Amino acid sequence: MIRVVLPEHLRRLARVGPEVPLEVPGPASLAAVLDALEARYPMLRGTIRDHVTRKRRAFVRFFACEQDWSHEPADAPLPDAITTGAEPLLIIGAMAGG
Amino acid sequence: MSRVRLLVGTKKGAFILTADGKRKKWEVSGPHFAGFELYHLKGSPAAPDRLYASQTSGWFGQLVQRSDDGGKSWEAVDNQFTYDGTPGTHQWYDGTQHPWEFKRVWHFEPSLTDPDTVYAGVEDAALFRTKDGGKSWQEMPGLRSVKGHLWQPGAGGMGLHTIVQDPTNPKRLYIAISAAGAFRSEDGGESWRPITKGLVSLYNLPDPDAEVGHCVHRIAMHPSRPTTLFMQKHWDVLRSDDAGDSWHEVSGNLPSDFGFPIAVHAHEPETIYVVPIKSDSEHYPPEGKLRVYRSRSGGNEWEALTKGLPQQDCYVNVLRGAMSVDRLEKCGIYFGTTGGQVYGSADGGDSWTAIVRDLPAVLSVEAQTLS
Repeated sequence: MIRVVLPEHLRRLARVGPEVPLEVPGPASLAAVLDALEARYPMLRGTIRDHVTRKRRAFVRFFACEQDWSHEPADAPLPDAITTGAEPLLIIGAMAGG
Repeated sequence: MSRVRLLVGTKKGAFILTADGKRKKWEVSGPHFAGFELYHLKGSPAAPDRLYASQTSGWFGQLVQRSDDGGKSWEAVDNQFTYDGTPGTHQWYDGTQHPWEFKRVWHFEPSLTDPDTVYAGVEDAALFRTKDGGKSWQEMPGLRSVKGHLWQPGAGGMGLHTIVQDPTNPKRLYIAISAAGAFRSEDGGESWRPITKGLVSLYNLPDPDAEVGHCVHRIAMHPSRPTTLFMQKHWDVLRSDDAGDSWHEVSGNLPSDFGFPIAVHAHEPETIYVVPIKSDSEHYPPEGKLRVYRSRSGGNEWEALTKGLPQQDCYVNVLRGAMSVDRLEKCGIYFGTTGGQVYGSADGGDSWTAIVRDLPAVLSVEAQTLS
């Protein structure tokens, strides 16, 4: 079980609470988690990563075990603490603007 | 008794304002989609409780919301707008070619007859359509084939912001793009031709015969006269009486012919409204006086409508999608400002009141007349 924490705006869009528990088949990578998340909540498609290129949207960031995973390869294995559910995977809206 | 519903899109959410036919007491619902930019909301003429809303965010991109109960509840529908085939390039500010990139939906125009069919005008400029109530969107690529490589963005981006349907001919559509111009289709949007003869844009288009590149801000039409069009261009107010084949200026005695919205009275096809703005670099009303100008002669002779509007120290703007009319017997007219006010007139513009004063900057206002 992987725990995903969504930013407030996306919680309202998906009508979920602060954490979303997900069963992710196979080796858990960012891409696999996002695939599972979008399959369960189709309204999130396009909001975290581009529909076509699958690239992370510019002002979205991923954090795992207090590390910024935003620039890691999408297919890199996530830390054990994430895959076991000990720690949540954080998806956050980056501080941006002026 | 008839009612009026205003769909107001703002920089930080949507608001729905409702009143009975007297239009004196208004109820305010919202913010819906708090924190998001709501570029445009519009109801289906064929099923007025079916609403479509363009919800965008710099963080999370484009979302499309649909309501089937007049805005009480909403459902996110398909938000994928993929250009047909290889998107190609258009002209960039420096004259080089730049890839077409989807940014947001500027305008939804539901079909006059089918609640599930909706046209969407997007940035970078293109026309999309859904035929299944928003479950999927397909580009109508014929438009971009009309010299699309020469289109370029205006200061606010290259958005397709105006879609007008001919109620007497479902195959005829008009669209306008900043800063590509105006176009007409005679086959339901499959193919297009520029309709810019008579437009003059001296400083950005030296070629008097240029078919594309004009910065058209808005086009309005009265449904009883579908070949008469009124246009607010970047500078100049114009009209056409031949479905856009030719245009002539009707700015007349306006204090400035720069502006964004233009609207037609619901029952008087020659009565039109604009909001003059000082200039393209000073996006506020001349002399700090917020004045709607009305022409009862289809242009050229204009009168200032000021009763109830601030006549000193007013420096708001009124954006192109932020003016709309209702269809009650005494035509109501409404507009929203970048200062967060929505003004309404229940007497065709003779007098105005602020329905709300302190919303986020208003991007769009659409009036629905409900029975």
